[in-house]
Amino acid sequence: MTDARTFSSPLDLQSVRADFPILSRELAGGFPLVYLDSANSSQKPTQVVQAISDHYLKHNANVARAMHQLGAEATAAYEGGRDKVAAFIGATNRDEIVFTKNASEALNLAAHSLGASLKPGDVVVISEMEHHSNIVPWQLLCERTGATLKWFGVTEDGRLDLSNIDELLTEQTKIVSLTWVSNALGTINPIADIAVKAHAVGATVVVDASQAVPQFPVDVSTLGVDILVFTGHKAVGPTGIGVLWGRYDLLAALPPFLGGGEMIEIVRMTGSTFAAPPARFEAGTPPIAQAVGLGAALDYLSGIGMDKIAAHEHAIVEYALEGLKTVPGLKLLGPTDAVDHGAAISFELDGVHPHDVSTVLDTRGIAVRAGHHCARPVHERFGMQSSTRASFYLYTTPEEIDALVDGLGFVRSFFKVD
Amino acid sequence: MQLDSLYQEIILDHYRSPHHAGLADPYDVEVHHVNPSCGDEVTLRVELDGDTVKGVTHHSVGCSISQAATSVMSDLVIGKPVAEGMATYEKFLELMQSRGNIEPDEEILEDGVAFAGVAQFPARVKCALLGWSAWRDATAQALAANQGVKNA
Repeated sequence: MTDARTFSSPLDLQSVRADFPILSRELAGGFPLVYLDSANSSQKPTQVVQAISDHYLKHNANVARAMHQLGAEATAAYEGGRDKVAAFIGATNRDEIVFTKNASEALNLAAHSLGASLKPGDVVVISEMEHHSNIVPWQLLCERTGATLKWFGVTEDGRLDLSNIDELLTEQTKIVSLTWVSNALGTINPIADIAVKAHAVGATVVVDASQAVPQFPVDVSTLGVDILVFTGHKAVGPTGIGVLWGRYDLLAALPPFLGGGEMIEIVRMTGSTFAAPPARFEAGTPPIAQAVGLGAALDYLSGIGMDKIAAHEHAIVEYALEGLKTVPGLKLLGPTDAVDHGAAISFELDGVHPHDVSTVLDTRGIAVRAGHHCARPVHERFGMQSSTRASFYLYTTPEEIDALVDGLGFVRSFFKVD
Repeated sequence: MQLDSLYQEIILDHYRSPHHAGLADPYDVEVHHVNPSCGDEVTLRVELDGDTVKGVTHHSVGCSISQAATSVMSDLVIGKPVAEGMATYEKFLELMQSRGNIEPDEEILEDGVAFAGVAQFPARVKCALLGWSAWRDATAQALAANQGVKNA
């Protein structure tokens, strides 16, 4: 058993957890759910589920093109979601918020539309710690255009290796696309500093904030980047909706990504003209109820306070790192202290494959992720094929961390590794 | 969920010392298969003697279930006619898809019966099938190549 270590959070965890009915579920064998997979997908509070249900049951219709009363209500609800997103991330103009299906689609949109003008000799810079969704769209773009893909490496302690930044950021560099918080290592990157250097050479800066927006206050009006994307379902919102924020003048200059309904101005058989942002980038019926749900999710997070959530995450990460370091044979992947460390911790357990770790923990009700977490290159960087990842959110308790640490002890004894 | 039914001692034994591990020469065909969702990888070599499986060797990176299943699979097919190996695969696949509702035939599956518990863990079934899919692919390629030689 772990001893009673100090833990202090500004959140009233009991009242937060009461908003998430799933957290009081019992799993097979009578074990209470210990959900440590929020970086994969967060759980949803009653308020979000009710907002979605309320929308479908009382206000459902298509948006914009439906001219009746319900259409007006649905449009107001959908556009209300946009207002809430804009306010949540500090966007000064609501038309800078584009709804997509998820963060991957937002990054593909960025790669297609930003990259449309690239040519051989141009350079796109990413990093070795990116999620596959911030690698593959840029690889495809470079194949299409003949541009060259380069990347920041990762240091031994899991930080972005900025030692060759002057070689990577040159006049040829047109786009720099980086994750703010690594989903595998937990590393929080100095995005604002890198953006200054990237802008100095005239590059456009894209940030994958999928693990950032849910975790700490984000203000795009002062961050100094050009495009920022995140997804709803990791921020207590529904699946099926992602967000791309872009500086309005930049978005206004970009060609469309997907073609279809509502993204046009005039369609003639000989050619079409396109709507202004954000409609230009929202072809087809958008994720309407999801936008309502996302709005409710962000209201929920704001109601609790993103600064408090960030402080809670930091305390949990510190507590978890301390606890995990007591497990014999456990090797942390990424930063081993809580400084600039997001709410995901990946590790290897000597002698036991991550899938086996996760299966054994699962039989005790503990849900973690095992595999490469859609970040294979960074695992390769550390000579690993896969790892086990525990990730936390505003509802994670120190008792759940204790359950994880005890569970890992059980894994070791089950597989007789000593 | 019964951990002991998943991790039978036979499985853990094969995991700790897998049979036919280490890629050997000579061979007819080498394949590399992965489970993209989890990252498990197996490199597998097959040598045929006519329609008989003369040798199977492998190098794999993965969990206990995938490593042990590849080890057991090698034991089951080596020295057997290809058709018999393929029929054994069908039996193993049926067991994996049974969700624990069929009694495995030990005559055919030998140590493979230990995987009956895996069928109750849907997320792990693909682990047990990785080595088999590599063997079937390599063997089909080797047969096709031999056919080509005969026709030439």
